[in-house]
Amino acid sequence: MSERTIAAIATANGIGGVGVIRISGENSKQVAEKVFKSVSDKKITEMKGYTATYGKVYDGDELIDEAVALVFNAPHSYTGEDVVEISCHGGMYVTKRVLRAVLKNGAVSAEPGEFTKRAFLNGKMGLTEAESVMDIISARGSQSARAALSCMEGKLRQKIDSVRERLVNCAAHLSAWADYPEDDIPQVNTDNLIETLTECKTELSKLLKNYDAGKVIREGVDTVIAGRPNVGKSTLMNLLSGCERSIVTNIPGTTRDVIEETVMLGEIPLNLSDTAGIRSTDDPVESIGVQKAKERVMRAGLVFAVFDSSQPLSDDDRELVELLKDAPAVAVINKTDLEQQLDVEFISQRLKHIVYISALNGNGADELEKEVADIVGTANLDASEGILATERQRVSAENALNSVCEAIDTIKMGITLDAVTVVIEDAINSLLELTGERVTETVVDRVFSHFCVGK
Amino acid sequence: MKFIAGEFDVAVIGAGHAGIEAGLAAARLGCKTGVFTINMDAVGNCPCNPSIGGTAKGHLVREIDALGGEMGKATDDCFLQIRMLNRGKGPAVHSLRAQIDRRAYSTRMKHTLELQENLELRQAEIVALERTEDGRWLLTTRLEAQYYSKTVILATGTYLGGKVYVGDVSYESGPDGMFPSKFLPDSLEKLGMRIRRFKTGTPARVLKSSIDFSELEEQSGDEPVVPFSYDTEHPKENKIKCHISWTNEKTKQIILDNIDRSPMYSGKIEGIGPRYCPSIEDKIMRFSDKPRHQLFIEPCGIDTEEMYLQGMSSSLPEDVQLKFYHSIKGLENCVVMRPAYAIEYFCADPIQMNQTLEFMDFPGLYGAGQFNGSSGYEEAAAQGLVAGINAALKVLGREPMILDRASSYIGTLIDDLVTKGCNDPYRMMTSRSEYRLILRQDNADTRLTPIGREVGLITDRRWQKFTEKQKLMKQELERIKKTVIPPSEELNKILVSRETSEVNTGIRLIDLLKRPELNYDVLKSIDTTRPDINPNIFEQVEIEIKYEGYIKRQLIIIEQVRKMEKKLLPKDIDYSKIEGLRLEAREKLNKVRPSNLGQAGRISGVSPADISVLVIYLASLKNHGKEN
Repeated sequence: MSERTIAAIATANGIGGVGVIRISGENSKQVAEKVFKSVSDKKITEMKGYTATYGKVYDGDELIDEAVALVFNAPHSYTGEDVVEISCHGGMYVTKRVLRAVLKNGAVSAEPGEFTKRAFLNGKMGLTEAESVMDIISARGSQSARAALSCMEGKLRQKIDSVRERLVNCAAHLSAWADYPEDDIPQVNTDNLIETLTECKTELSKLLKNYDAGKVIREGVDTVIAGRPNVGKSTLMNLLSGCERSIVTNIPGTTRDVIEETVMLGEIPLNLSDTAGIRSTDDPVESIGVQKAKERVMRAGLVFAVFDSSQPLSDDDRELVELLKDAPAVAVINKTDLEQQLDVEFISQRLKHIVYISALNGNGADELEKEVADIVGTANLDASEGILATERQRVSAENALNSVCEAIDTIKMGITLDAVTVVIEDAINSLLELTGERVTETVVDRVFSHFCVGK
Repeated sequence: MKFIAGEFDVAVIGAGHAGIEAGLAAARLGCKTGVFTINMDAVGNCPCNPSIGGTAKGHLVREIDALGGEMGKATDDCFLQIRMLNRGKGPAVHSLRAQIDRRAYSTRMKHTLELQENLELRQAEIVALERTEDGRWLLTTRLEAQYYSKTVILATGTYLGGKVYVGDVSYESGPDGMFPSKFLPDSLEKLGMRIRRFKTGTPARVLKSSIDFSELEEQSGDEPVVPFSYDTEHPKENKIKCHISWTNEKTKQIILDNIDRSPMYSGKIEGIGPRYCPSIEDKIMRFSDKPRHQLFIEPCGIDTEEMYLQGMSSSLPEDVQLKFYHSIKGLENCVVMRPAYAIEYFCADPIQMNQTLEFMDFPGLYGAGQFNGSSGYEEAAAQGLVAGINAALKVLGREPMILDRASSYIGTLIDDLVTKGCNDPYRMMTSRSEYRLILRQDNADTRLTPIGREVGLITDRRWQKFTEKQKLMKQELERIKKTVIPPSEELNKILVSRETSEVNTGIRLIDLLKRPELNYDVLKSIDTTRPDINPNIFEQVEIEIKYEGYIKRQLIIIEQVRKMEKKLLPKDIDYSKIEGLRLEAREKLNKVRPSNLGQAGRISGVSPADISVLVIYLASLKNHGKEN
């Protein structure tokens, strides 16, 4: 199977001081050679595996950056194919330009996860492992990395296994009872069956709930900062930026009034955008902007509504508060060091989460973090509990949960146990999809190991 | 001196349950068929339990019957007691089981073979099997008669290299004291066939008059009798009772004290025994915390006093056997007529065959029954039928008959054998089918009789009967959809008595029947337009509508799976050269040589990821021709 040579930025967007462009495939060395000139005149196509050389990256005649090229020969590489990694000086702009040069010279852009897919297809890693690696790559905070690691170490596997074990035991008992009607098999008790199934239901629901919180940590939460001009949005921005390793990217927004960047609030990545002020206006052009801002606020996963506590509540402030009544929003009351004029009660009656910050002493960041964790559901998340790391795992767990619920309903409706068994096996099947085993064999083996059957 | 004694289209080696179905099917399809047995009195013998059917096995018998096989009819002719097991556990696991008169059954089958047109039944031990230059097979008997045959079906049961073990004693023997087939194994190995040793066993037969039945639990047959065959219109009556007893602490102690004298535990027997059919010493060793084990006492026939002790097979020495049998209630003074024994035999690794049961490396050579690593009369008969049909179709130059897993337990059995192989003798169980809500014993005819008709084993008379039944089923379904039952005191009285909600408007009959609490029987008095038809039709209609949701879901899965089954894999692929497949998968795929992606996915050791690689590989074959 001849595969295309693919390339992509291997470091997650903007993380770390070095940007790595990975090129993989049969022609990876030829492609790299076209953009990379070694200072010692070494040719990449002639380099041995596991060697590096220092040089310069060009797009045509134009020098882009100084960089290091690392060569891995198949099959001793991440993907199992010939791989060249070009490490440049980081920063999205430069890294992207290097990638663009590579793509101009014969590589095609890798699809998301394609390196890992190739590694997997070339037998370099197993499926669960591959999925976890994909997650580590995109892990943005320490909690996420921990979840991904604990998944690799099998935490999730253990959770799923324990649910699966209980289901297999149920199915094996039902099977032995049906296949060996004249053997001395304990009677199937539907109350016990429902009890076990309900335990499984609880476990699976917990895993699924964790997935949503886990998703926030993996992908960040889209956050909008809203408020009138001069209420202290920039103060808030500074406060957030002041957090440890805060600003990781700074991409100019596509519209003039939105600035996007990703900051870490504790362990939660916030994809921030600052909107134009929401205020009433007669100007048709501006009202389009305001309308847009409102839509953005309504769509956001999280809104920081900033108010100036040294000023009385304005009509625009009130409108903002009303707009956010049922939204996932934190009211950020700024300038607490000044004389208080604001009608906080109006806000607190409508918005559940209120935080006071002060530009002078920088107080409030911890409070804000706590409120946000509460809103996005990460507050109660214990990453070491096992988190469904990927969409595929989530779908499996969800299907299993649906089948377990259906099995419970089937019993309660008084349908015969042969149908119940089939539904339980569906649930087992969904969980086995994660490991590639087959349900009928698993159940049959269990019948023979647990029950003394046969003549 | 060797001499040419005849020529066949299909030669069947063995006249047990597999050989019988194979021979009859081939002869009925018009092929000149020879059936060879080591002993003419062993045709259709039941060397183990005197019963046919049981969970999943009963399904197999129904399916054999639906395809035009013989086993169901012979059982209906020779049963002593018949029961529908698992009533109340759901229609998917309802299973018929019959106690049979084993001598009568054997006589009935032998006579059927003798009367069959195109079929010659011969007593002869086949000692050599060779491939001729013109692609036929040459069979040589012990008496040096030689037969040419276009196809050969191996159905050798436990005769092939058979060796009996009782304690320290062992000797070469077939079942029930018959001669073993001593020379054929060498001939098969010479061909290059992979064969291996399995073992099985049977309990003692004891004298009826020496058993004290007075305190034993009785087990009677079901009334009315439900027959196996769709052809049987007037089933016979139940004639006998079985009895149940239990082992006890004393039995256990006797066995534990003597376990070192078991050839299984001393390592004398190398063959692999079945997990599902453990000897009593196996049960006691493996489940030591169980205080007692159940046994059934079953008559071997009407004209005999021999009683079979189901659940008590053993390979312990005869003196130990006597001791532990005598420790059991009712058997304190029993006279053992035939001691229990274990038997070890040669069988083929079934992954050498494809889904027609033909050896992939030996065209025209088929295997069936215990020879293929299975166990049980019904499993054997099912494979015999499939091998016989396919050998005949090959001779006739017609397309083979392949039953997939979604069609039948027979298809499931064969797919399991040829795809996954077996590490111990394979017994059919309902849990082995993922489609068991569809593969029921009540609808085997709907599923398979059209296939049997196409093959040519269903007579016009039977086909007419079948199509009539299908028509009536459709009409009945229409009727219950259209029939609206008005609310009435009588109806609500029934509903209340069955603990389901009352109605105050008219309700369709179908909606009443969908309720788990209700069935045809309880609604009889309010269903005034009910036609006078075969009650089987009501049963099948009721199941189909009551389990509609679950059945539909299985049908969706079947559709998906059949898509994969349609993606054929060329037979000559060298899997070791496909990049991306894991090492284990390459080896397994090269061994099994699956015919399609569906089958490939069921091989143990082939992961969904490997299947993705194969999908990509197949796509690249299509795009670039055979570059690889």
